[in-house]
Amino acid sequence: MDEPLRVDRRTAIQWVLAASAVPWLQRRASGAAAAPGTRGYGTDPDLNRSYLPGELWPLTLTPALRSTAAALCDVVIPADSESPSASTVGVVDFIDEWISAPYDAQQADRKTILWGLAWLDAESQRRYQSSFTGLTQAQKTAICDDICYLPEAKPQFADAATFFAIYRDLTAGGFYTTPAGIRDLKYVGNVPLTSFDGPPPEVLRKVGLDEAPRT
Amino acid sequence: MPFVTPATLRDYDVIVVGSGAAGGQTAYTLSMSGARVLMLEAGRNYVPEHETPMFQTRGEAPLRGASTPDKPFGFHDATVDGGWQVPGEPYVNATQEDSGRFDWWRARMLGGRTNHWGRYSFRNGPYDFKPRSRDGLGFDWPLTYEELAPYYDKVEMLIGVYGANDGLENTPNSSPGCLLPPPRPRVSDLLIAQRAKKVGIPVVAGHRAVLTQPLDYANLPARLHPGNLDAQRIIAEHMRTRAACFWATPCGRGCSIRATYQSTTVHLPPALATDRLDILVNAMVREVTLDKHGLASGVSYIDKLTGRPGRAAARAVVLAASACETVRILLNSKSSRFADGLANSSGKVGRYLMDTVGSSVDGQIPLLESLPPHNEDGASGGHMYAPWWLYGEQLAGKLGFPRGYHIEFGGGRNMPSLSTGAGIEWLTGGSYGRRFKEEVRRYYGSFVYFDGRGEMIPNEHSYCEIDPDVKDRWGIPALRFHWKWSEHETRQATHMQRTFAQIIEAMGGRVKGPILTDGARAIAPGGSIIHEVGGAIMGADPGQSVTNRWGQTWDVRNLFITDGAVFASNADKNPTLTIMALAWRAADHILDRMKRREL
Repeated sequence: MDEPLRVDRRTAIQWVLAASAVPWLQRRASGAAAAPGTRGYGTDPDLNRSYLPGELWPLTLTPALRSTAAALCDVVIPADSESPSASTVGVVDFIDEWISAPYDAQQADRKTILWGLAWLDAESQRRYQSSFTGLTQAQKTAICDDICYLPEAKPQFADAATFFAIYRDLTAGGFYTTPAGIRDLKYVGNVPLTSFDGPPPEVLRKVGLDEAPRT
Repeated sequence: MPFVTPATLRDYDVIVVGSGAAGGQTAYTLSMSGARVLMLEAGRNYVPEHETPMFQTRGEAPLRGASTPDKPFGFHDATVDGGWQVPGEPYVNATQEDSGRFDWWRARMLGGRTNHWGRYSFRNGPYDFKPRSRDGLGFDWPLTYEELAPYYDKVEMLIGVYGANDGLENTPNSSPGCLLPPPRPRVSDLLIAQRAKKVGIPVVAGHRAVLTQPLDYANLPARLHPGNLDAQRIIAEHMRTRAACFWATPCGRGCSIRATYQSTTVHLPPALATDRLDILVNAMVREVTLDKHGLASGVSYIDKLTGRPGRAAARAVVLAASACETVRILLNSKSSRFADGLANSSGKVGRYLMDTVGSSVDGQIPLLESLPPHNEDGASGGHMYAPWWLYGEQLAGKLGFPRGYHIEFGGGRNMPSLSTGAGIEWLTGGSYGRRFKEEVRRYYGSFVYFDGRGEMIPNEHSYCEIDPDVKDRWGIPALRFHWKWSEHETRQATHMQRTFAQIIEAMGGRVKGPILTDGARAIAPGGSIIHEVGGAIMGADPGQSVTNRWGQTWDVRNLFITDGAVFASNADKNPTLTIMALAWRAADHILDRMKRREL
């Protein structure tokens, strides 16, 4: 099974297992895909077209929350010599699409992220009497350093660190699936080839496999 | 008029229920040899040539292609109207304990799960048909590897399987000219092979149903259909329409250029070209109907588009609906003559349900960091694998569990996804900003995964039956599952964990997460590997099995089963190739008996 399928199998199993927490009588008549009263894209969507955030379900973020979300995206993935920052390539739109989706996993992240964005502003006010977007880079870093690694976060920052971990994953996933992110990683596949030649000699040399037989 | 409606059904020799690996192969073999066949499929028509998202990036999909309850394997996965839950089609677990649950995958679409499967295509070996004779556990099959080998050859030639003949124990070679050349290994394959060898594990070319070169349409047709010039002409024409792999796009999305095996691109088009196959889609089969002699007269079904019941008739009926759906149809086919369900005089219908033992470990390999960019898409799945290698130790009682597993693995610079850069705090210590970007670049392509796929031994506690209360949206009674792993499986799962950690360490890498020493936690839940088989096992004793060696039910001589339900054991080898070989053999038998007017 190829890697993306495999990752999805694990994700899928996790929500299958999560379903076992649903009360027994409800589960007996299982079979509903999305939560009651909400609609996802259904079990038979058009796979060949492109989708934009907001066209399948309404988005959530207000202009003020979008600004906070963008500022945090760019703390996680700022511009550098290789690629632009996350907010400039649509990652905020993606995060909004994600937290607005009707599925259980996304609804759980929605709670965490909306709480976390509010926490970020409250913490900025507490420390610097400013919104998060109004902070200097050093001030943003001071807050993020306290919440960027859950295993070492102080107890009072544990919830915020949980939020930051999810937000960093979504920002990274959102960014590296854009054309800019794909270029940044120098992924050169997804193009038809007439032959598959395997790793070039310089790759084998670097790994110490230059003597390996080319079967 | 190959796609028919309830109003345009004709007279048929054989009804085939299901359109996946079993139904596709059965219908192909029957119609290519002259039988008139009606295939019923519970899902909609599906046309891979038009519907497959071949080059779409994840950025074009909702939620960047993430897994959702609507699309469990991600947005671009080929499966439509399928998953572990299908709206309106419930099933029940008898217990809520995680260790006792079985999750039932279905794909309600033409071609079924063959549209998205991993394409791993392994032969069972000689031991795998006689496991009880070797270690006293489970059941022997009423046939030998040698009897099935010619059909493995035929299936490999027809669908196209890459691989090599390595001559390893219980890992059979194919006849000359059956296999296509394997793809060149990726760098992670070569490193894994080198280091696994140091810890005693052989790594060889993988076997997958992907065309690494065009099929030999000049020579294969005569080997597939000796003496049948019509069939040879049709399959030769069809083989010419299948392109070789162009080394891009994940196989799980399906393949619009027909470079991989899917029933919808390989079995059904030539069968339709005979003009002897009709297909009725959106037809949910409820029961096998009987005539006054107790023989199968056809099936009753619900037309899902109108909700109306319908009937179809034929001289013989083949169930190929997938193991559990076939069991459900049998148990729902109750009559005064068969009060406990059809073909169930043994009481064995629904019994001995099996899945594959699955366990996984991921690792990060410093040697694979920051490699020069190069294209590693390849044939999308595994180019190499490790067949089970400890037969001797096992026979000597040194392992503490009786049956084996093989290892599927991979790594490389895959098309970036939502998981790229996610969950790497264990390596970065929680970095963000420019350092994080540097670290994502460094680690991208340096991860490897190992998936164990092992044999489950049938037991009395893993079975399904009809739930007394729950019905689906058409009023058809639903299945209730009972499930239990034994220590044979859980011990194997912990062996997988230790072994994969050993390989990762031999590669100089770091294991992600803890190595699970509790087998109940190490083993993937029942049904999650989607290799469910059994439920109507074949055997030599009518009192202990549901069908004979031909998949013919003991109780109803014109009722056959050609899907995984007949498996008497579930070797570590992924079941699809064996399902197809058995289906071809059963279809040959049906043709033979029809010629002799015995059906």
